[in-house]
Amino acid sequence: MTAPIRASLMVTCLGDLFFPEVGVRIVRLLRRLGVTVEFPEGQTCCGLPLFNSGYHKEAAAVAARTLGLFRDAEHIVVPSGSCAWMVKHEYAGLLRDPALKKDAGRVAGRTYELSQFLVKVLGKAEFSATLSGRVTYHDSCHLLRGLHESETPRAILKNTKGIELVELPGADECCGFGGSFAVRLPEVSSQILVKKLKNVEATRAACVVACDAGCLMQMGGGLRRRGSRVSALHLAELIDGGGK
Amino acid sequence: MKDAFLQEALTIATNKFIGLRREAFDDFPEGEKLRDRAREIKEATLQHLDRYLDELIDNVERLGGTVHFAATAEEARAIVLDIAQRTGARMAVKSKSMATEEIHLNEALERAGVTPVETDLGEYIIQLAHERPSHIIAPAIHKTKAQVADLFAKELGRQVVADPEVLTKIARAELRDKFLQADLGITGANFAVADTGTVVLVTNEGNGRMVTSLPRVHVAVMGVEKVVPSMTDLMVFLAILAKSATGQKLSVYTTLVRGPRRAGELEGPDEFHLVLLDNGRIGQLAGPLREALYCLRCGACLNVCPVYRQIGGHAYGYTYPGPIGILLTAMAHGPGSVKDLAHASSLCGACVDACPVRIDIPRMLIELRREVDEQKIAPWAERVAFKALAAVMTRPRLYRWSAAVARLLQRPFARDGAIRSLPLAPGNWTRTRDLPAVAPRTFQERWKELERES
Repeated sequence: MTAPIRASLMVTCLGDLFFPEVGVRIVRLLRRLGVTVEFPEGQTCCGLPLFNSGYHKEAAAVAARTLGLFRDAEHIVVPSGSCAWMVKHEYAGLLRDPALKKDAGRVAGRTYELSQFLVKVLGKAEFSATLSGRVTYHDSCHLLRGLHESETPRAILKNTKGIELVELPGADECCGFGGSFAVRLPEVSSQILVKKLKNVEATRAACVVACDAGCLMQMGGGLRRRGSRVSALHLAELIDGGGK
Repeated sequence: MKDAFLQEALTIATNKFIGLRREAFDDFPEGEKLRDRAREIKEATLQHLDRYLDELIDNVERLGGTVHFAATAEEARAIVLDIAQRTGARMAVKSKSMATEEIHLNEALERAGVTPVETDLGEYIIQLAHERPSHIIAPAIHKTKAQVADLFAKELGRQVVADPEVLTKIARAELRDKFLQADLGITGANFAVADTGTVVLVTNEGNGRMVTSLPRVHVAVMGVEKVVPSMTDLMVFLAILAKSATGQKLSVYTTLVRGPRRAGELEGPDEFHLVLLDNGRIGQLAGPLREALYCLRCGACLNVCPVYRQIGGHAYGYTYPGPIGILLTAMAHGPGSVKDLAHASSLCGACVDACPVRIDIPRMLIELRREVDEQKIAPWAERVAFKALAAVMTRPRLYRWSAAVARLLQRPFARDGAIRSLPLAPGNWTRTRDLPAVAPRTFQERWKELERES
């Protein structure tokens, strides 16, 4: 028998503060799949908000800290495509110290967005669902165009029993979040969001699924404000891992 | 932004462009490889830009043309005005050119007593409306056909039907005489081929041909980065340019201009001038915006940009709109000019996918934001806020303490785990969206329990 797969959860700042339930579900899901889950303590943020706003010295300090926590992880599982992208694509360029650069390269190769980890590392796409009915999927920009991943979340949603995946018109278009963009240009951000939510509602789905806490804040916040019956869920909130 | 007509016009037009572009590349399996090749050619050309420009200059001069170099927009204007004055020009017909928009040539010509006449239909509309282009290839994209009909009616003093065919016929009739009257033909250039001295214009209406052949003097204004080494290289760009811009396999006209009319030739101008425009470009050869010099001005990044699609081109406030426009503005006017514009992007990356030469626009926008921060152009309060954020994110105890404080502070605002209204800057979020409240227990606070579950 081979040793169990070990995964370290990078819960991310938004996940920790606003969506702790997503993290809890991921831990339970992975454990049921036989994964030994670790949680390096003292986590804060990957540094993406600072990086995107141009505060690179500050982002590098945050990145160096986070890197230190995950340096020896076997796999790093991230519930948000954008944070996974940051770790995989930007850490090596951001950090100047040669030793840190080397660590960043190694960690990049071991970092996975959740759906990618489930499908590509664990080879698992069939789950049972926590709800039944019609769902639709929003491609988060960094997962889609940064990590070039559109397949793994859809593979899971298609193979998950009890739900029907309907394609979202304009699924690959931004929801208007964009981090600080959402508060710097609130009107534009909100108009982009309205377009997205109209498309979501047109699918008559019970929920829109995304793999990024940023998009979920934006779409979920917009849906709640509209008094919509549609909910915005993280993939981990939809699958419970009880299936085979 | 609050203009419903603008919204409607933009949505229809950009959706159409997006669809046509997608179809064009779906039918063209070698497209992806050619995009990579085009990118390589651009990079290789920029590495030896001086050599290719020298070669271009030699060849244009050999063909009897005159080449001018303009370091700034002001110098470029002066060069064109000088040519106009020397040749006694009273009227100039123009084909669509962003480079001449960049140097604000029309106003300068008018002040010097030369009447500029835009002959591209979209530009003609814009000129009648006394506006500026709102899109790189579709200058009047923000106008509906009804608005254009009103504009023509006002100009002609009679009723005009809002039918694109009728409107085009009117414009054509109005312009026909101008082509014959004009002394000067002014164009931009999509490319210039170094080893043949050929200036290349890509158009759809045939006006480019008339502008370059009927008036006795032709002046082409071109950014220095538009030079390509050879005709073979040109073919690579022609294969992807129109597909990216309008979804056409090729544009209707590809006009190749080689110097003035030579002995024995029937048409062509007596004089041909090529104005090579720097205006911030050369400085970026070794600068952070270097990749923006690959730009072919196809406009594909505008069509897919969620921000452009909402606000339209005029909201950017400079000649070049959209995501690439922010970079080109910074190139010409410095990073301070885009301190706000650099943030007018959600960094969604749709532009990179649409760009025929895959320019990494988001990366350069981030780079501009960095410059704006580091040169302390960014507002003081913002810089303090981000530095405070960094302090929190590098200190786990401070982070945990901040979460606890946030939980206390949010009490008056939170209900059922959501916040509907907040004061000050956070109000920018809650005006249109609920904000999740900081959870009663963060994930980290639940971890100990979870650990015991296993």
